Amino acid sequence: MKRSLALLELVRMALTILIALLIGYVFLLFSTKDVAEAFKWFLYGPLSSQRRFVEFLNNSVPLIMTGLALSLVFQARVFNIGAEGCLFFGGFGAMLAALEFPQLSVLHLIVTLLTAALFGAIWAFVPAILKAKWKASELVSSLMMNYIAYLLVLFLVNNYFRDKAAGALVSYRFPQTAWLATLTRYRLNSGFFIAVSVAILIGFLLYFTKYGYEIRVVGANKKFGFYTGINVVVTTFWVQLLAGALAGLAGGIELTAMYRRFVWQSLPGYGFDGIIVAILARNNPFLVIPSALFIAYLRVGANIMSRMMGLAPEVVIVIQSVMILLVTAEALLERFKKRIVEREAMKGE
Amino acid sequence: MKAIEAINVTKVYPNGVVANRNVNFSAAVGEIHAVVGENGAGKTTLMKILFGMEKPTSGEIRIFEKPAQLNSPHDAIALGVGMVHQHFMLVPSFTVAENIMLGIEPKKNLFSLDFKRMEQIISEYAKKVNFELPIWEKVMDLPVGVKQRVEIMKALIRGAKVLILDEPSSVLTPQEVNELFVVLKNLSQQGITIIFITHKLNEVKQIADRITIMREGRVVGTYRNEELTESQIVELMIGRKFEYDISRVKAVPGEPLLVVKNLNYFREDGAHILKNLSFVLRSGEILAIAGLEGNGQKELVEILTGLRENASGEMLVGGKNVLGAKPWQLRQLGISHIPDDRIEVGSALDMSVAENMISDRYDQQPFSGRVVYRKRSVIEFARRLIKEFSIRVKSPTTLVRMLSGGNMQKVVVARELTNEPKVVIANQPTHGIDVASSEFIRKKLLQMRDEGRGVLLVSTDLQEVLQIADRILVLYKGEIVAHLQNENLTETDLGFYMLGTKRQNPEELKELLTL
Repeated sequence: MKRSLALLELVRMALTILIALLIGYVFLLFSTKDVAEAFKWFLYGPLSSQRRFVEFLNNSVPLIMTGLALSLVFQARVFNIGAEGCLFFGGFGAMLAALEFPQLSVLHLIVTLLTAALFGAIWAFVPAILKAKWKASELVSSLMMNYIAYLLVLFLVNNYFRDKAAGALVSYRFPQTAWLATLTRYRLNSGFFIAVSVAILIGFLLYFTKYGYEIRVVGANKKFGFYTGINVVVTTFWVQLLAGALAGLAGGIELTAMYRRFVWQSLPGYGFDGIIVAILARNNPFLVIPSALFIAYLRVGANIMSRMMGLAPEVVIVIQSVMILLVTAEALLERFKKRIVEREAMKGE
Repeated sequence: MKAIEAINVTKVYPNGVVANRNVNFSAAVGEIHAVVGENGAGKTTLMKILFGMEKPTSGEIRIFEKPAQLNSPHDAIALGVGMVHQHFMLVPSFTVAENIMLGIEPKKNLFSLDFKRMEQIISEYAKKVNFELPIWEKVMDLPVGVKQRVEIMKALIRGAKVLILDEPSSVLTPQEVNELFVVLKNLSQQGITIIFITHKLNEVKQIADRITIMREGRVVGTYRNEELTESQIVELMIGRKFEYDISRVKAVPGEPLLVVKNLNYFREDGAHILKNLSFVLRSGEILAIAGLEGNGQKELVEILTGLRENASGEMLVGGKNVLGAKPWQLRQLGISHIPDDRIEVGSALDMSVAENMISDRYDQQPFSGRVVYRKRSVIEFARRLIKEFSIRVKSPTTLVRMLSGGNMQKVVVARELTNEPKVVIANQPTHGIDVASSEFIRKKLLQMRDEGRGVLLVSTDLQEVLQIADRILVLYKGEIVAHLQNENLTETDLGFYMLGTKRQNPEELKELLTL
């Protein structure tokens, strides 16, 4: 029975994607004449050249990291959705370390990335402590922290770290010692390897350590956790801090590898995409990797399509949203599932 | 004539549990029909199907010999089927009349209710079926037995000709049970069909006309009451010979393990829930706290296990006051806790049996090194406990959700009794589970006692209390009203204390508590 159910889950996933693509197709019908061509770029674009393939991989790096952050908190049934703010603040932390401690030379990059993680954790500390001490809803406070991070960081960067020589609103350029390497001539973000390793590490933490056990028990039933002797408040507190650190690190990696300045003038949205990644991965850190790759593929495919066809990339957001609606619709194919379960249950006779 | 009938009914739940397999069941007009079986035998599912709460996967329902399509309880009610659930569905702040007429209340005009007419309808009907109700009292001020009668009236006034009762006696005192049976007998003489689920076989023998026995989702058979003895019923329920052999040697109480002094607890709304409780639990004894549900037992247990805060007084373990300590601190002192709610508190339904069994020692050897959690030893340990506690489950990695009530409870008990506890606080350890599992758990508690541990048994099941307790405290409205040695006691003796009609004088109590 387990096998047929797993198969059904796969079929369900495939069907979900197919339906979403179909709806996307209908949208394209309204926005371009050459739908087939547009669709081809959308589906095949990221594979059409090495450069585009690397673009796709690079795009997945922050998504893996934020997807992990959200998987962690969701596993503990904590609805802290402040990854966006943590990422932004973490990016700011990376910039501070990169610009202020160039004398560290060899250690400079490591310190920069650690600072990013630390700043992310600091940002997550606020909703976490509010929850632990005064039972404030982490959903509300973490959402608010996103906007505070955004405006506070913009204010600081634009007033104190702005590179007046640059033609845009960006910070000073990071010294070379704080650069995260990019590989090949298409600039593959080496952060990709960091992200994948972190995913495996977090998966290990969750399923193979006692801390992970605590997190899963708390997520499965808080009352049970408290009754059986787990300090639920402490566990939910730390899980938020760890998630914040991951999101902050995502910001640090993105800036030190891809831009080497603080360049964001609006929220980049990775933190929110991370929610989608986590849901698709069913909060399983190991599945976060394919799930993030999938979202990145959609994003990059849409970009390529809009570049090649002169189309609005908003179309992809519509498709993506439809897909999430369908994925989260548990009842899809429920009838088939029921039939399999019934047949198998009666077979035992 | 058959009042209600299930023909070849099969029900498979979405999680794959087959609750009913080709069940055939019928109840004749005007009979009292008992449905018995172990937990997970499918009794409740069958009743839910008859009442339209669950749709059968296959099979047919007939009501008064006409095929019935039941999509919801509304359909069942319209066809004359009523159900009284184990947990009452009443609005506490409404009066009896308002509760009974809720949704079908007579109106004077668009805005105001016709209370006179309400009273008239209810008292007329009450006279007809011959039972009394305090029509204008608020439901929250009523004793449980009366609340139950309100529920029965609610169903009757909606035209119920078939009345289904899910474990109606489980919340009642012996005296109240007798009153309920008078009411039920009366109703059946008026031509109303009564179907009731129960675990208590003496009640079945006392009142049922016919008995349907279920096992593992099937109907084993339907018998006339006089065809079977109690022990034959048990054999049919569990499918083998059953020895009712709990024997108890006299306790050898040792040093005090848990001393409670002047414990008081006020709820947030100011109600005085626990009033100056003092007692001593010694090693090698089972001290029972008996009482009707809702007399402060829940709060007492939660306070003693660290789940509830803000009590005053003293709770001494090893001479130290640990009142207000957290659950993990109390567990370290060797206090384990079998909670009354295995689903909400006692387990994580979506985790495996193995992972549920180590929740209080996951961070210790051999389940965990410094960081790494050792799955293999967890599984091995679970296998051992599954065997030792004869839990029926396919594998240690099966989710707890898939287990029947009795097996789920055994998972909880297995965990709580195997971490070398000094004190076991067992709150309703066999509530709502089958005979065989109950016996098993009671024997385990006796074994704990004989090993020199202290067991605090909180229970509303008098049979259980009389079977295994050494001393009994009776809790009534948050006070200890009696302290009895379990020698030559009967359920009726306890019943008087539980109802508050009798209490020992303070001198008697004082003397025994300082023992």
